Amino acid sequence: MTDLIGTKEPEAVTPNGAAASGARQVWRRLRARKSALVAAAVLGLLVLLALGAPLLAALEGQDANTYHDALVDSARGGVPTGSLGGISADHWLGVEPGTGRDLFVRLLYGARVSLMVAVGATLVQVLVAVTVGLAAALGNRFVEGLLNGVTEVMIAMPLLVFAVALTAVVPPDFPRPALLVVVIGLVAWGGLARVVRAQALGLKKLDYVSAARLAGGSTWRVARRELLPGLAAPVLTYVAYLLSNNIVLEASMSFLGVGVKPPTPSWGQMLSSATTWFRTDPMYVVLPALMLLVTSLAFTVLGDAVRIALDPREKSRLGVGRSKKRRAAKKVKGGAA
Amino acid sequence: MSLYFLRRALGAVLVLLVISVVVYAIFYVAPGDPAKLACGPRCNPEQLRQVREQLGLNDPVYVQYWHFLQGIFVGHDYSTGTGTMHCDAPCFGLSYQNNQQVTDLIAERLPATLSLSVGVVVLWLLLGVGIGLLAVVRRGGLLERALIWLSLAGTATPVFVSGLALMMLFCAYLEWLPFPSYVPLTDDPEQWAWNMLLPWVTLALLGASIYARMTRSSMLETLAEDHVRTFRAYGVSERAIIGKHALRGAVAPIVAMTAADFGSLIGGTMLTETMFGLPGVGQMLVRSVQTVDLPVVVAVVMLIGAAVVVANIIGDTLYALADRRVALR
Repeated sequence: MTDLIGTKEPEAVTPNGAAASGARQVWRRLRARKSALVAAAVLGLLVLLALGAPLLAALEGQDANTYHDALVDSARGGVPTGSLGGISADHWLGVEPGTGRDLFVRLLYGARVSLMVAVGATLVQVLVAVTVGLAAALGNRFVEGLLNGVTEVMIAMPLLVFAVALTAVVPPDFPRPALLVVVIGLVAWGGLARVVRAQALGLKKLDYVSAARLAGGSTWRVARRELLPGLAAPVLTYVAYLLSNNIVLEASMSFLGVGVKPPTPSWGQMLSSATTWFRTDPMYVVLPALMLLVTSLAFTVLGDAVRIALDPREKSRLGVGRSKKRRAAKKVKGGAA
Repeated sequence: MSLYFLRRALGAVLVLLVISVVVYAIFYVAPGDPAKLACGPRCNPEQLRQVREQLGLNDPVYVQYWHFLQGIFVGHDYSTGTGTMHCDAPCFGLSYQNNQQVTDLIAERLPATLSLSVGVVVLWLLLGVGIGLLAVVRRGGLLERALIWLSLAGTATPVFVSGLALMMLFCAYLEWLPFPSYVPLTDDPEQWAWNMLLPWVTLALLGASIYARMTRSSMLETLAEDHVRTFRAYGVSERAIIGKHALRGAVAPIVAMTAADFGSLIGGTMLTETMFGLPGVGQMLVRSVQTVDLPVVVAVVMLIGAAVVVANIIGDTLYALADRRVALR
C-alpha cells in the first residue's frame, strides 16, 4: 500500500537547515536573488492592498456592492459605457458588466478572500502534515504503515475533485471562506507530510537527537524540542508552494461555483462570469486573470528562492536567476564545441 | 512479475475498499438525512417515510454499507411502490434529481471526458518533451532563457485563465477556431477534433510546461554523467548524444510522472469541461455537487479513485520497464 505511487523519491533531507546556517545568512542569500526581491515586493504590495481595501475603497469613494445601472449600456446587454470597461476618475479600473459594481474595490476584496483562504488553508495543512509526518517517523511499525498509506493515497488522489465533492455535504449556510479553508486544508497535505516524515527520519539518526532520547526524554519531548526546530526549513520551503497552490485551488473552486458565493467578491468567480463577457468587455477578463497570475507566479518564484537560500547546495528548480547549473551547462556546451 | 501484480492488485483492492468506506461515511452518514435530499424541497412526511424505506435508511449503518457494496458488485432492486426496478451492477444508486441510474448517467458522459483527456495527454507529452529538448539543444542561449520563463508562467497559469485567453484570441479575435462545443467522434471526426482542439491545447499547456522543465533538468543531468563524456571522447556526435542517450535518461521519470499526475489531469478536465461547456463527467460532478445529488457525487469520486489507483500500477510497471535499474518489488 505504501508504494501506491512508489515512484517519487522523498525530498532530500537537509539536516542543517535554517537553524544551523543562521537566519541572517539565509536572509542575506535571499536578498542576493533579484527574482526573490521582485516576488517579495509584489506580494508585499498585494498584502498591503488587501489589508488596506476598505481604506482604498473610501479613497476612491466606492464600495463593493453598489449597483451603478447608469454606467452599463443595457441596450448592448450590460456592457460598461466608456472605453476600457468603463475606466474613469470615479471608477479607477472600470465597472463590472451587467451590474456596474466598482471593479477596483471588488478586485481588492477579492485579494482579501484569496489571501485569507490561502493562508488559513496553509495553516491547516501544516498542522495536519507535521502531525502526521512526525507520528509516522516516530510511531511503531503499525502506525508508520498506516500513516504512510494514508499519505500516499492523499498524494495520488485528485485534490480538486475531492475538495469539490466535499463541499456537497456541508450545510449551505456554513460561511464559504471558512469552508474552503477546511476543505482545502484537509485534502491537500500529503506532499508536505511526506517531506516532514523524510526530514524527521533523517534527524532521528543524528547524535543530538539520540542523546536527548538516551537522556530519558519522552517521545513527545524529543519531537517537540529536538525534531520540530529542524523541520522549520523544509516546511517553510513547502509553505510557499502551498500558498501558491491554495490560491489557485480557491480560484478554481470559486470558478466552478462551489467556492466563495456571491456577493462576496473572488477572482475565480469573476473569471467564471467573465466567460460570458469576454467578447464585449475584455477588461473584465484581463484584470482578475492578471491578479491571479501575478500572485501565483510571485509565490512560486519566492518559494524557489527560499529553498535555495535555506540550503545553498540545492539548485534552482525553476532554473531562473544565476545558478551553478547554468554555468555548468555552458561549460558542457563549450566542451562539446 | 506475476507475484508483483498479484500483490499490487490486492493492495489496490484494499485501498479501494478503504476509500469506499470513507466516501460512504462522509457522504451518506455524515450529512444528516439523505432521504430529505432525495425527496426534494416539496416533500410531505408520508413521502419522506416512503423514501426512507426505499433507500433502506432505517437499517443499521453497516447493513446500508453492505447494500451499497452489493449494488456495485451484483446490482440492487428498488421498490417503486407499484413494482420493483432492477439496477444492474455496477449500481451506484439512482440520481436524486431524475431517478436515472447513476451508472447510465456516467456512461453517457464518459466519451466527452475520454476525448478530452486522451488528446491532452498526447499533446502535453509531445509539447513537454519537445520544448524540453529544444531548451537542451539551445542550452546557455537566449532561447533557453525564454523557454524557462515561459514554462514557469505556464505552470503558474490556471486552466481557466489560459482557456479564456486562448478563446479570446482564437475564437473571438482571429476567428480561426469555433467556440468549442462537443461533437461526438462517431458523428463527425473532423468536427470533433476541430472543436476539441482548444480544450486540448488549454489543458495540455499546463502539463507541458511542467514536463518541459523536467525533461530539461533530467537531460542535463544525463549530459553531465561520465558515460556521456566517454561517448564524446569517442567522437559520438552531439546530435546522437542528445537524441539517443540524454533523451533516454528522461523517459523513465516522465513515465513515472505521467502516472502520478493522472489525478491532477482529472482535476484539470473538470475545470476544462466546465469552462468550455463540454458534457463530461467532471462537469456532471460540479453540477451534482451544486444540487447535492449524492449518489452521482459518490459514484464519480469512487470511479476516479479507482482510475487513479489503476493508473499508478500501470505507471509503476512502465517505469520499471523504462528504467532497468528499478526492480519490481
